[in-house]
Amino acid sequence: MSAAEPVDTAVPAAAPRPPSGPRMTEQVLRVIVPIAMLVALVALWHWYVVAYNVPHYILPAPERVAQAMIEDWPTLSGALFVTLKITFAALAIALVGGVLIAVLLAQSKWIEIALYPYMVILQVTPIVAIAPLILIYAPTTQSALLICAWIVAFFPVLSNTTQGLKSTDHNLLNLFELYGASRWQTLFLLKLPAALPYFLVGLRIAGGLALIAAVVAEFAAGSAGAGSGLAFRILESQYRLNIPRLFAALILLCATGVAIFFATSLVSHLLLRKWHESAIRREN
Amino acid sequence: MSPASAPSPRDRSIVRLEHVAKTFSNGTVALADLNLDVAEGEFLSLLGPSGCGKSTALRIIAGLGEPTSGAVAWPKAMYDASGKPEAEIGFVFQEPTLMPWATVFHNVWLPLRLKGVSKAAARTRVAEALEMVGLEKFSAAYPRELSGGMKMRVSIARALVTRPRLLLMDEPFAALDEITRQKLNDDLLKLYKQFGFTVLFVTHSVFESVHLSSRIVVMAARPGRVIDDIAIEAPYPRDRAFRTSPLYAEYCRRVSDSLVAAIGATDHL
Ligand SMILES: Nc1ncnc2c1ncn2[C@@H]1O[C@H](COP(=O)(O)OP(=O)(O)OP(=O)(O)O)[C@@H](O)[C@H]1O
Ligand SMILES: [Mg+2]
Repeated sequence: MSAAEPVDTAVPAAAPRPPSGPRMTEQVLRVIVPIAMLVALVALWHWYVVAYNVPHYILPAPERVAQAMIEDWPTLSGALFVTLKITFAALAIALVGGVLIAVLLAQSKWIEIALYPYMVILQVTPIVAIAPLILIYAPTTQSALLICAWIVAFFPVLSNTTQGLKSTDHNLLNLFELYGASRWQTLFLLKLPAALPYFLVGLRIAGGLALIAAVVAEFAAGSAGAGSGLAFRILESQYRLNIPRLFAALILLCATGVAIFFATSLVSHLLLRKWHESAIRREN
Repeated sequence: MSPASAPSPRDRSIVRLEHVAKTFSNGTVALADLNLDVAEGEFLSLLGPSGCGKSTALRIIAGLGEPTSGAVAWPKAMYDASGKPEAEIGFVFQEPTLMPWATVFHNVWLPLRLKGVSKAAARTRVAEALEMVGLEKFSAAYPRELSGGMKMRVSIARALVTRPRLLLMDEPFAALDEITRQKLNDDLLKLYKQFGFTVLFVTHSVFESVHLSSRIVVMAARPGRVIDDIAIEAPYPRDRAFRTSPLYAEYCRRVSDSLVAAIGATDHL
């Protein structure tokens, strides 16, 4: 159960829809069907645990997990907050840094030729492998986790934005040249808006990856104590065979991943709905 | 584009291509020794088979890509501090080439905006340009909400918003249906009469060129060069009566023969 996969088909496919009557029903069903599915799965889980008398240290029943969630909420919420803080800080720095470096790379092909290989090296090296090194260099564990999450989230933003900046319509570039546009005018009025859909794909991927990296890095760091995130609580629960709490922590992670996924999809939809093909409902 | 070209006695010309040649880096000779004189106020069509260098010539005039040899002279233009002519041109591409993220207003504002004209200051001029093409009600619409013909009108409004003296059009209506194209041709002629700008119009269509032009230059390919120069001496406005007249048919035959010769000349090479 990975928290969020780097999927880039977030906005519900703009399928042709029948007119309003059936459309209402469809919209209601779109909400009801997933909820019914969830209820059914939980019921199945409950039935399985009861019917086969599964011990709670192997698979706790749903209500035990719920109980753990409530009773351990002070610990869990603290851990959730730490994980969220690392994830969003890493994502924010990745967004700013990714866009800035993409703009820099787009300025000259020589800058790109010089820098791009290192960007790729950063991306392809498994984060778990360099985490120990980062832990040694970074002043605190928190900052080490932040760096790890940032490295992973940064690349999708960079590569997508770079691609977007390069994909500007040549005729529009000609038009800007024709009217004597300055470099900055071309960047702000043409290249950046044209790159926006690409950037948003990068954002959706980076959002999911930032969370994954924050968790993976914490596993690698093996940090402990009051300032730890959800990953540490999961390990800790495992050592203590407190499986209900482990499940509760896992559910929090999933929920966070799903929330990030929907939030980034929503941002993307809001920014593109007026003009980009991916966000427009086809009406013919 | 050398500012050094001496003013010519033929001071009616707004732009002149002098022995222009263009060879692309892959070795394609797109133009060889092209001479073209565009007189102020005329409606000049470039007609020729595909690949004969019409777009290349237009782009060179627009300053998008330098000629390999030869010169572009602007006898009437002012030269700015850096020695570049202030050509006062508008360009209409074959595709509407609108920014999809910007409204019609923002698209038409663009040429002024790039010259530093604020939104408030541009408002009346943009509105005028949209009115010229009959789209004053659509200034808040996005390009995707417009039909192909309407997008082309926006593109024309954008080219006209700076009140250019020379309008360069590269097969602007080629992608449109016959009815829309006819309508836009009529509208273009109306604007041409009303504002008196000069038009350099690239087309594949014999009928379109005879309908619109005061002069047609026929080009042949490989290498691109001028092989015929035909004046269409019929008064404007050119309405339906002109398009059904024997004179029109006569000109169409004349131009068509010339185009066949141009294609023939290409095939031998
Ligand atoms: N960027 C380029 N690099 C190399 N060759 C080019 C380039 N642009 C055009 N050409 C070549 O130059 C020649 C003239 O091209 P151009 O686009 O001017 O033709 P055209 O007359 O506009 O044709 P069409 O009517 O099909 O638009 C063609 O043979 C084309 O292949
Ligand atoms: Mg062409």
